[in-house]
Amino acid sequence: MKIADRNADTYLFLLPAALIMGAVLIYPLFSGLGLSFFEWQMRNLRQDPIWVGLRNYRELLSNPFFRESFVVTLKFTFSVVVIELFVGLVLALLLERGIRGLRFFRTVFILPIMVAPVVVGVIWRFLYNPSYGKINYLLGRLGVPAVGWLSDPDIALGSVIIADVWQWTPFVFLLLLAGLQSIPEDLTEAAMIDGAGYFQNLIHVKLPSIESVIGITVVLRMIDSFRSLVVIFNLTYGGPGLSTEVLSLHLYKNAFEGQRLGLAAANAMLLLLIIIALSSILLLRRRKG
Amino acid sequence: MTKNAIITALLLSAALFTVWAGGGQESGRSDSDMPEGFDWRRFEGTSIVANFPNHGHYNAAIDAGVIEEFEQLTGIDVEIDLLQYLKMHDKQVLEMTKPRGDYDLISMVVMWKSEYALADMIQPLEPFFENPNLQVPDYDFDDLIPAYVEVTGIAGGENIYRDGPGAKLYGLPFGSETSFLVYREDLFDQYGIAVPETYDELIEAARFFKEEVPGVSGLTMRAASGHHATHAWLLHASPYGARVFDDNWEPAFTSPESIETIEFMRKVVEYGPDGMTGFTQDEEWQAFLQGDAAMYLDASVFAGTVRNPEKSKVYDKVAFAPHPAARTNLSETGGFGLAIPANAANPEAAFLLMQFLTMKETERKIIESGGAPFRSSSVSDPELQARFPDFIALETQLKDANPDWRPIIPEWGEINGPYLGVAINQALTGEKTPRQAMEDIVAPVREIMIRAGYIRE
Repeated sequence: MKIADRNADTYLFLLPAALIMGAVLIYPLFSGLGLSFFEWQMRNLRQDPIWVGLRNYRELLSNPFFRESFVVTLKFTFSVVVIELFVGLVLALLLERGIRGLRFFRTVFILPIMVAPVVVGVIWRFLYNPSYGKINYLLGRLGVPAVGWLSDPDIALGSVIIADVWQWTPFVFLLLLAGLQSIPEDLTEAAMIDGAGYFQNLIHVKLPSIESVIGITVVLRMIDSFRSLVVIFNLTYGGPGLSTEVLSLHLYKNAFEGQRLGLAAANAMLLLLIIIALSSILLLRRRKG
Repeated sequence: MTKNAIITALLLSAALFTVWAGGGQESGRSDSDMPEGFDWRRFEGTSIVANFPNHGHYNAAIDAGVIEEFEQLTGIDVEIDLLQYLKMHDKQVLEMTKPRGDYDLISMVVMWKSEYALADMIQPLEPFFENPNLQVPDYDFDDLIPAYVEVTGIAGGENIYRDGPGAKLYGLPFGSETSFLVYREDLFDQYGIAVPETYDELIEAARFFKEEVPGVSGLTMRAASGHHATHAWLLHASPYGARVFDDNWEPAFTSPESIETIEFMRKVVEYGPDGMTGFTQDEEWQAFLQGDAAMYLDASVFAGTVRNPEKSKVYDKVAFAPHPAARTNLSETGGFGLAIPANAANPEAAFLLMQFLTMKETERKIIESGGAPFRSSSVSDPELQARFPDFIALETQLKDANPDWRPIIPEWGEINGPYLGVAINQALTGEKTPRQAMEDIVAPVREIMIRAGYIRE
C-alpha cells in the first residue's frame, strides 16, 4: 500500500508539468490536425472555417509543386546529413587527441552554430552574389567564369547545401568528438597491441563504440534539416523555379502567400508524418542492430 | 507671502506657460502655407502607428523630416513600423484580422488592395473626406494623378479592382509608380546608339552592350522565382498584349503573346548581368546603380535613387525615356498606396497623417529628398522638369499607363508568386520551355479560379 501511495504522490507532482506540456505541445498539434480538415482563408479569418474533410490532403498529394518540393526536401536532407556526418567525423578524428590549439579550433568550429539562421542566409546571399560576391570575385581572379550560385537551377540546391553544411557540421563534430573522447583508451591500446592499424582501429573499435552517438546525430540532423526554413527563405526563397523549395517553405507559401491555413495545416501534418516515419525507421534499425 | 500674492504668481506662471507653449506650437509649424482655419490639433496627444515599407519613396519622406513636421503641427505622436515591402502583407493581415489592430495607417502594395477592401480590412475614405472637420481645405484631390488613384485606391468596381459602378475609394497614392526607361546616356552617346523606342530596338541595344562593350551588360531586370518574375513578365506582357486571364477569367498566359513575352525576357536574361534569374528588385537596381547594366526598364520610383550620388555610381550619366513599344507602349501602374485599417484605434488621426503626407507642400519636400511625384501639378511643373529630367519622361508615359496592368483580385497572392512566378522563372532559367512552363500551371490556377467562383463549370 505504501508503494502505491508513493506512486500517487509522484503522479500528483508530475501533473503541473504534464498540464503545461499538454497545453503547449499536444494542444497545438491536435489543433493543427483539426484545422487540416477545414478551408480557412487568412483574409477571411472572421468567417468560420468550412469543413472540407480530406480535400486539403488530396489537393496537396495531387499538386505537382508539392511533390517536387518533397523530392527537393529529400535531396536536401540526404545530402546535408551525409556530408555533415562525413566532414564532422573527419574533423573529430583529427582533433580527438590533444593536439596543440585544440581549444582554439573547437571554439572557432562552433562559431557558425551561434550565428542566427537569418544572418547565415544573408551572409551567404552576399557571398554568392553574382556581381559583387566574394566567391565569384575570387573565381574570376583564377580565370573561372561567373557561376550562377543562386540563379542556376542545377546549382542552387548545392549552394544551399553548402550553407547548411557550413552552419551545422560543427554541431555534428562536437557530438562525435564527445563520443570519441569517451572511448576508454585501453580499448584502442589493446587493439593496437593486437596489431591493428589506424584504419582497422577506426573501423573495428572506434566507430562501433560511437555507433549510438552517430545514430542520434543522424536522427537529430535529419529532423532539423527536414524542417529547415530560415536559411533557404533568405537565400533563395525556393528559387530558381522550385529547385530549392523545401516542404517547410511550401507550407509557408501556402499559409502566407496562398493564405490557406487549412491547406498549410495539412502540409504541416504530412511533414510531421514523414519525419516520424523516417525517424522511426532509423531508431528501429538502431534498436535491432 | 499673502494668499493673493500666491494666486497672482500662479496665474502669471500659467499665463507665461500658455504663451510659451503656444509659441512652441507656432515655431513647430512648418514655414509652408498650412491651410488656415483648419484645426490640425484636434487629435493632440494621440499616438498612431504606421506600417511603411523600407522603400526609396518612404525613406525619402522620412529623410525629408515630414513625419516630425506632422508631429509638431498636430501634437500627434507617430510611430513607424518599417518592414521589407513583401513582408508587410503577413503582418498587416494578422493585425487587421484582430478585433483591434496595432496599425492606424498602412502602406499597401497595390496588388493587396482588393483583398483588403473586399474583406473589410480597410476603410472607405469617402466618409473622412466628407467630414469638414477632417478634410484639409485646398487638399486638391483631383490633382492626384488619376491613374495612380485608380490603381492604388479604388476597389469594388469593374472586375473588382477597377473603377466603375460600386467602386469606392480606399487608398491614396504614396510611392506609386509607372514604368519608364532609364539608360546610360554616356554609353549611348559614346557608341552612337539611338534611344530605343521599340522592343526590337531595346533588345538590339541590350545585345550590343553585352557583346561589344566590355564590363557592361544590356538591360537589368528582376526575375527571381515568385513575385519578381511575375512582375517582370507583366511589365513586358502589357506592351506585347498578353494577359493573365481572358474575359471569362480563364487562364490566358499560354497565349502566343504571352509566350512571345517570355521569349523576349529570355533574350533580356542572355544579354543582361550575370545571375539575373536570381535577381530581386534590389539586385535589379544595384546592377544599374553600380554601372553594370546600360539600361533599366521598370518602376519609375527608381529615378530618385539613381539621381542620388550617395547611392548611384552613375547619377550624372543617366537619361530617361518613355517605355518602348511592342504592340503598344502601355506601361505599368503599381507601387504603394496609403490606407486606414478598419480596426485602427485612431482612424481620424491617421487620416490627418494620410492627407498631410499627400498634400502638395509635403509632396514637394519629399520630391526634393528623392521621392516620387504623385500629383499632376508636380510632374508637369516646368521648374521641376528642368531640375529632374525624369519628370518629362514620366509626364509622357503617364498618358499610356495601363490601369488594367495586373488583375488585382483578392486571389492574386495565391497565383502571383506560387504559380506564375515559379513558371516564368523556370522558363527563364531554361529548366522548361516557355510553353511547357505556362501549360503546367494552367490546371492549378484554373482550380483556384473555380474554387473562388470566377469560373463556373
